[in-house]
Amino acid sequence: MQNNGKGTAVAVQVNNIYKTYGKKTVVSDVSFSVEKGEIFGLIGPNGAGKTTSIRMMMDIIKPDSGEVYILGEKFREETKNKIGYLPEERGLYKKQTVTETLKYMASLKGNAVSDKRIEEMLNRVGMLPHKNKKIEEMSRGMGQLIQFLVTVIHNPALIILDEPFSGLDPVNTEILKGLILELKEEGKSIIFSTHQMSQVEELCDRLFMINKGAEVLYGNLNEIKRKYRANSVFIAYEGEAGTLKGVTESRQKDGYTEFFLDSKTLPQDLLQQLLDKKVMVTRFEVGTPSLHEIFIRIAGANGDGNG
Amino acid sequence: MGKIKTIFKRELLNTVKRKSFILVTVAFPLLGLLVIGGIGFFQSAEEGPVNDIRIGYVDEPGDFNGNLTYGNVTLVPQEDWQSAFDNMSNGLISQFFVIPRDYMANGNILRYTFSREVDVPYEVYNTIEMFLLNNILEGKVDSSIANRVAYPLFLSNFTLSSGGEVSDQQGGFASVIIPYIFSLLLVMAIFTSSGFLLQGLGEEKENRVMEILLSSVSSTQLITGKVLGLGCAGLIQIGVWLVSARILADMASTSIGGILSGLSIPTDYLIVSLIYFVTGYLLFAIIMAGAGSIGATARESQQFSTIFTLMAVVPFFFMIQILESPAGALAQFLTFFPITAPITVIMRMAVIDIPIWELGVSIAIMVAAIFGSILLAAKIFRTFLLMHGKTPKLGEIIKTLRQA
Repeated sequence: MQNNGKGTAVAVQVNNIYKTYGKKTVVSDVSFSVEKGEIFGLIGPNGAGKTTSIRMMMDIIKPDSGEVYILGEKFREETKNKIGYLPEERGLYKKQTVTETLKYMASLKGNAVSDKRIEEMLNRVGMLPHKNKKIEEMSRGMGQLIQFLVTVIHNPALIILDEPFSGLDPVNTEILKGLILELKEEGKSIIFSTHQMSQVEELCDRLFMINKGAEVLYGNLNEIKRKYRANSVFIAYEGEAGTLKGVTESRQKDGYTEFFLDSKTLPQDLLQQLLDKKVMVTRFEVGTPSLHEIFIRIAGANGDGNG
Repeated sequence: MGKIKTIFKRELLNTVKRKSFILVTVAFPLLGLLVIGGIGFFQSAEEGPVNDIRIGYVDEPGDFNGNLTYGNVTLVPQEDWQSAFDNMSNGLISQFFVIPRDYMANGNILRYTFSREVDVPYEVYNTIEMFLLNNILEGKVDSSIANRVAYPLFLSNFTLSSGGEVSDQQGGFASVIIPYIFSLLLVMAIFTSSGFLLQGLGEEKENRVMEILLSSVSSTQLITGKVLGLGCAGLIQIGVWLVSARILADMASTSIGGILSGLSIPTDYLIVSLIYFVTGYLLFAIIMAGAGSIGATARESQQFSTIFTLMAVVPFFFMIQILESPAGALAQFLTFFPITAPITVIMRMAVIDIPIWELGVSIAIMVAAIFGSILLAAKIFRTFLLMHGKTPKLGEIIKTLRQA
């Protein structure tokens, strides 16, 4: 078994990392791997240990034990040049202009960037006219976009984004989502950390869910959803459905009804019954729980002291 | 190394472009020019037309009636107190004094004037004294004896070198003013640049730029680049000061003369000043950087560093003792203690030649202290650079220093 990701399609390999501050264990036995070219979600509520885990990946904090491999090797000072990191706690030099900021930050990554690339990047987010403005003159949203450009200006292979959408209005959120998906198409590996689980569902391929410093869920988003599927279907219909076999409970929702099925009944059995009754079905959907619901279910169980 | 250079360049340019830096750097030479120009101006003004002073006096014993003119001061005999007062009211005399009948027994003189004075003007006091002396001695002793009684000495001072030649450093007022100004400048240069360092780190913490920086460079690279960049800015500042101090001293020496004629700054003094600027700055910068990484905000870091700033200026409290016995135990101790060494050495240098071995030991201790504090500070940076919002307790800091 490979455990450092060398020669494989693994961008980040985290093996059993622990971090304790005083008596408080912040991260406990966390392991996961991020594949090259995917968007990987690191999710969990505030204070779950996401940022600490990321800081250990970035070698800003040393883990008490465990190992981290980035792009197939142990962290060296040069490794930083291949990573673009957008921290949750972020800011820029207020007195520097946009262009100066991008140039300086890229040079700290050991990379001189051309004016052409800077202008291209600014143009992509529609901020070329502001290139000579000082950071302190920018609105908060604009500052956040510049901050994102700083993260990717040196063309890193691995991009780590900690709560990238915080402080962004819906328009800028869409711009940023577009940029992230473009980067994925370019083959970059992206780690995306957030407490807002709905964003993960939109963007991520695989995810690691952390709570109280430990793993809660890990794997492919679709597989997880299938696994935690509550046996229910969403149906919108016209006509009289009457009594349906195998339904334990039904809830009237806004424009549709959610039917909960017993363990022997499959969704298509229910559809068959409705068709037999000549009911006009306008919507039929197998109910998948949101990540949020899955989290509540698992975290709630853990909260009872079961594990 | 490339990254250190990048940070070095930014910090240097950023500091040199700061308004406060430029202001402080040029303020000293400008102030010096102003003072020299001012003294020159007032000196030439004094040489212009001088007001005649007329002092009235009431001579009760009746023995004081000769020797009435002293330069621009003239003594005018008065009938009695009332007429003297009337004449003063009319402006015929500016003031008057009464020689009582029993003057020869007790020396009491009563002086009256309308003007409020801090003290009797030197010129007036001197004139009255000479007038009394001349009248008492007149006819009783030879005029040359009277003269010597009035002016017993015109003192000429020579500081000799060990070879018996007249030394080029003649001490006096110039020897006190030089160490005072120089130690002040040294302290200012060290504190401005290490203060900028402290402030910069605080801002980066408050602005939340720190984590982005640390994801690109190591904390050691960051601190090294900053220390060197700001140190270079400080070196430029003190360079400007030293060069202009030397030029100003020459100007003062020739244009003003008098008490400042001995004002010159020897080359070895400049070299030692530079050595102690560099070592003193490095030590302070590292201490400040440590304080800067511990404090949660720029202001809090400043409070931490005040402790060390106070320690550094201790030699100023003992300035008189150091200048009076520059080879004494206190002066030696403060020379060997790294934080107080820069100022102490500058002060002592002005009054004695510090033995080479003492300078050697002092500089060696400075260098050792610099390396020691780098080791300690490196641990502190790594732990505390990213902490904001709360300041660690003293116990945590000590624990951090023990661990790792």
